[in-house]
Amino acid sequence: MAEAHPVGFQWVMEAKQRGARVFHVDPRFTRTSALADTYVPIRAGTDIALLGAVVRYILENELDFREYILAYTNAATIVSDQFVDTEDGDGIFSGFDPETGGYDQKTWQYAGQEGNSGVRDTGEERETAAGLRHESHGMPISGHTQRDETLQHPRCVYQILKRHYSRYTPEMVERVCGIPQEKFFELARAWTENSGRERTGVLIYSVGWTQHTVGAQYIRTGAIIQTLLGNIGRPGGGVLALRGHASIQGSTDIPTLFNLLPGYLPMPHHANHATFDDWTRAIRHPGQKGFWGNARAYCASLLKAYWGDAATPENDFCYGYLPRMTGDHGTYQQVLNMIDGKVKGYFLLGQNPAVGSAHGRAQRLGMANLDWLVVRDLFMIESATFWKNGPEVATGEIVPEECRTEVFFLPAASHVEKEGTFTQTQRLLQWREKAVEPPGDARSELWFFYHLGRKLREKLAGSDKPRDRALLDLNWNYPTHGPHAEPSGEAVLYEINGYDVATGRPLGGFTEARDDGSTAMGCWIYSGVYADGVNQAARRKSRHEQNWVAGEWGWAWPANRRTLYNRASADPQGRPWSERKKYVWWDEEKREWTGYDVPDFEKTKPPSYRPEPGTSGPDGIAGDDAFVMQGDGKAWLYAPAGTVDGPLPTHYEPVESPVRNALYRQQSNPTRKTYAHPVNSVNPSPPEEHSSVFPYVFTVSRLTEHHTAGGMSRTVPPLAELQPEMFVEVSPELATEVGLTHLGWAHLVSGRAVIEARVLVTDRLTPLRLDGRVIHQLWLPYHFGFEGLVTGDSANDLFGITLDPNVLIQESKVGTCDVRPGRRPTGPALRELVDDYRRRAGITPGRLSPVVTSDGGETRNDS
Amino acid sequence: MIPDRNSLYGPLDPAPEAGWAEAPPRMGFFTDTSICIGCKACEVACKEWNDVPTSGLDLLGMSYDNTGALTANSWRHVAFIEQPRPADHRTPPFGGNPTGGSVSADSAAIASGTGNPTGTDPGVPPGSPEPAARMAAGPEFLGMPGAEPPGRATGAETRTDFRWLMMSDVCKHCTHAACLDVCPTGSLFRTEFGTVVVQEDICNGCGYCISACPYGVIDQRKGDGRAWKCTLCYDRIGADKTPACAQACPTESIQYGPLDELRERAAARVATLHERGVPEARLYGHDPTDGVGGDGAFFLLLDEPEVYGLPPDPVVTTRDLPKMWKRAGLAALAMAAAAVVAFVGGGSS
Repeated sequence: MAEAHPVGFQWVMEAKQRGARVFHVDPRFTRTSALADTYVPIRAGTDIALLGAVVRYILENELDFREYILAYTNAATIVSDQFVDTEDGDGIFSGFDPETGGYDQKTWQYAGQEGNSGVRDTGEERETAAGLRHESHGMPISGHTQRDETLQHPRCVYQILKRHYSRYTPEMVERVCGIPQEKFFELARAWTENSGRERTGVLIYSVGWTQHTVGAQYIRTGAIIQTLLGNIGRPGGGVLALRGHASIQGSTDIPTLFNLLPGYLPMPHHANHATFDDWTRAIRHPGQKGFWGNARAYCASLLKAYWGDAATPENDFCYGYLPRMTGDHGTYQQVLNMIDGKVKGYFLLGQNPAVGSAHGRAQRLGMANLDWLVVRDLFMIESATFWKNGPEVATGEIVPEECRTEVFFLPAASHVEKEGTFTQTQRLLQWREKAVEPPGDARSELWFFYHLGRKLREKLAGSDKPRDRALLDLNWNYPTHGPHAEPSGEAVLYEINGYDVATGRPLGGFTEARDDGSTAMGCWIYSGVYADGVNQAARRKSRHEQNWVAGEWGWAWPANRRTLYNRASADPQGRPWSERKKYVWWDEEKREWTGYDVPDFEKTKPPSYRPEPGTSGPDGIAGDDAFVMQGDGKAWLYAPAGTVDGPLPTHYEPVESPVRNALYRQQSNPTRKTYAHPVNSVNPSPPEEHSSVFPYVFTVSRLTEHHTAGGMSRTVPPLAELQPEMFVEVSPELATEVGLTHLGWAHLVSGRAVIEARVLVTDRLTPLRLDGRVIHQLWLPYHFGFEGLVTGDSANDLFGITLDPNVLIQESKVGTCDVRPGRRPTGPALRELVDDYRRRAGITPGRLSPVVTSDGGETRNDS
Repeated sequence: MIPDRNSLYGPLDPAPEAGWAEAPPRMGFFTDTSICIGCKACEVACKEWNDVPTSGLDLLGMSYDNTGALTANSWRHVAFIEQPRPADHRTPPFGGNPTGGSVSADSAAIASGTGNPTGTDPGVPPGSPEPAARMAAGPEFLGMPGAEPPGRATGAETRTDFRWLMMSDVCKHCTHAACLDVCPTGSLFRTEFGTVVVQEDICNGCGYCISACPYGVIDQRKGDGRAWKCTLCYDRIGADKTPACAQACPTESIQYGPLDELRERAAARVATLHERGVPEARLYGHDPTDGVGGDGAFFLLLDEPEVYGLPPDPVVTTRDLPKMWKRAGLAALAMAAAAVVAFVGGGSS
């Protein structure tokens, strides 16, 4: 965190000065480790083994916050007797189909709900990264469950959890993660001792955690611990995601993703969502309880915002104009399609995949096979010049004179040169003013898209082709100002907030959305940001002039709540769990919820409220159901739906690993998303043969001095000079083993690429001992590329393409490689070296690792 | 008024002594290295505000320090020291891992020779491997570096302790500033805030200040010839603004304020750290009775000053000037007397 988020780390330092204990788990000793009380080195890709052991530690010692989990979680809920855990399936849950590599989730359901209509085959959910839509809410599920409040029933979630993690012992942590038991106990003790009625603990991760084939389940494991310890919905608790850029949260809320519409509404699928009613029914699940029940109003209001007067209840609000998904349209599928000549044009905005994405060579080869490519950036980045300066030019794979892609480079305005909002990790929207005019031809994104749309509409004006209606009917009227006709950012914010169509009155919040066409709302979860016609995101009231939650600084979604599910900060009767951790509570005299934050609960629903059986929608949520967006009102320790790779996080080895999974015969995530394409490959891992060709584990991350793919830092002298060259960090032990010298050169080889780097031999890296075997890890920054003031080979070139099945994020934080002293070859000899390794490793074009390894395959390898 | 004999040495309040009537309180920096996270925001903010040119794109191999030293083109410098020594209040980072011998001392020795041209003079002076290794290993280090190749001791769990020190260094704005004392043009002057600033339009590039500085801070820009260093953002503090580096520091490791207040705060911080089991915490440059009369920019360190590349006992190089002049005067008088005697004697013979 100090390394990649130094400004946020000031609050950790402040907490530390007040006595907080800081633990840092990382494969490499970073600037954060230097300031932490305890540093825990870990083998990259084994976090579920560590966190699962913490779950076991909590359950075995009964250190859970019992009143909290009984009241607010599904710990007591009984699960179907058809469910088979990985403990009995050798690493695979019940319902697995080896043909599709997906699960039928029927057997994962709560008892009595096996026929739940919301459950589909996970194969399709994987294609469309369906897990992403749960960012604002849980998967719909019936709230009418069987429970055992004593937690003794063998099929209650508590007991299932206990059995699932029973073998995640401290010894196993040592064997799998390389973490000495003593350290594990120190971590587990501190975490549990600092949670409960009087104290809370926080878990912070950076997005590197998501870049694994089990990334979503990493975070699930963290959430299970935090829920068991009562650290959710309470001050000083939570699972905090540090996002990789300013407003990454904003770009999922109002998404730049193929499978989502604003507010986590799913992009319609051609087969499942033929009509508007099909679509909205799939979101709200009629008859279910919780706040998702109003989804139809959010959908109608969104389409009304898009198509204005043209959108009417009679024509389903122009639902037919929305594009439909037909399968996986994710960024990696697109790149492979480019290589195969299936994509004509590509827009790149503030993104540098030639350096920043996994398998850089595939990215560059793909972009070299387009008709046109538009790059909007602050600087001339690698993704705009790959066709003349990229490494494939040196190897002869791209010939500049013959490259067919026409590249249009358009200069972009930076964040200080335009107005708008950033949404940060707390879901807080903060408005920023324009500080200076953008130089020359540089323009904002808002300007670019508004005028692009305007010109397209002008060109199509008078067209009678049905296919042009979607564009021509758009509600595309934004006031502009200044010499360049810059559209008003506030006008867009007003539309996002929503308004009454008849009067233009800004809506006060999403509860005012209607499904009859009387309201328009660009993003339902953001509704309220422009309430009363005031730009709430621009509020700047000092924290010294209000309570410590500072609710009048900026605006947080939903409804300006700073902590989600904060009903859980009070006990079932509505009293604070403790004076020290007081946050939101029930005021019996006034008959309403009150506190420091906006209560995440219906304001006047008393704690004693119980719904009539069969009540659906928000009225179905009881007065002590703190998790109001969940179908059963409970936090899910066990996820009966919503995660395509299992209801409970399970340790699988990274897809490239030097060791066998010590917990199950199933080696890696059986539902991982793979791409069998000649350009893609996976280094062999046990139980396959030849894994020793790539004996070392490498991981990549950031340096404070640079920003992601380097476009904004390698181009700026005061930053570039601070980390002027690509390097690799190795432990003294590995340096001795391989013959590397401090400040000398090394090259690293994977099945995809060979890259070179200067060597930093440092005590900050350590070998790990697993099962009597020593594993070496290397660390590289991924900032470098071939443009800018300081250049170097790109670490992400080493990775292949294998994705997490829930959200289609690539595994680009762990892989295997070989490392050799000296510089890499150049020209055609470079590919020959990689080919030689591929030959030795048995990597043939399009080869994938076996999906299921439970069939005793490991005997082949042990010889 | 402080007596004359003290004006080049000993405690005093420099601004009034320099002739400022009604001087505001003396301002300075307190840099608390125990909360420095090594982000280098201070270096970048300083360069941006003061328009300081780049100091070269060289990988120095000195841990994450690629600046190397304070130069005419780097007015803040964050030092990184990888040290195989215990920090008692923390859990040993590598306790229980199969590590061999430490490499910190060896890599520091190798890195010490990597100083490259920074476009300034003397710039980043080449270090000597031996002292560099000694510093990295901390004061306990006794053996010769490189006696055994790192990692040779297989299986021996010897690297059970490690710490990474970070420290943002800056011009000390001495109470007795030798650079100022020796400046022949009056380019270097004492401000009303008690800080020491170079006026670039008066500097003639003689370079006397460079050899005079006991900390090796001030440096000359090649091609330009003039001396440059931290001004403690004279233009900002005059407008009641915080210097750029302190403003940018995310953890308040760099604190700016009236020196008296900072000294009180620093003493309290050291006491707190001692209570929390960090006995190695100590102040550097805070003492008005030290060799430079105390620094306007002082530090909380977690090891001996040498480890951070700071002189352990700096003395203003002009301290002995009066004595030297007195001696020289005496010598001249004696010579004159001898000459007179010779003439007189000669005349009488």
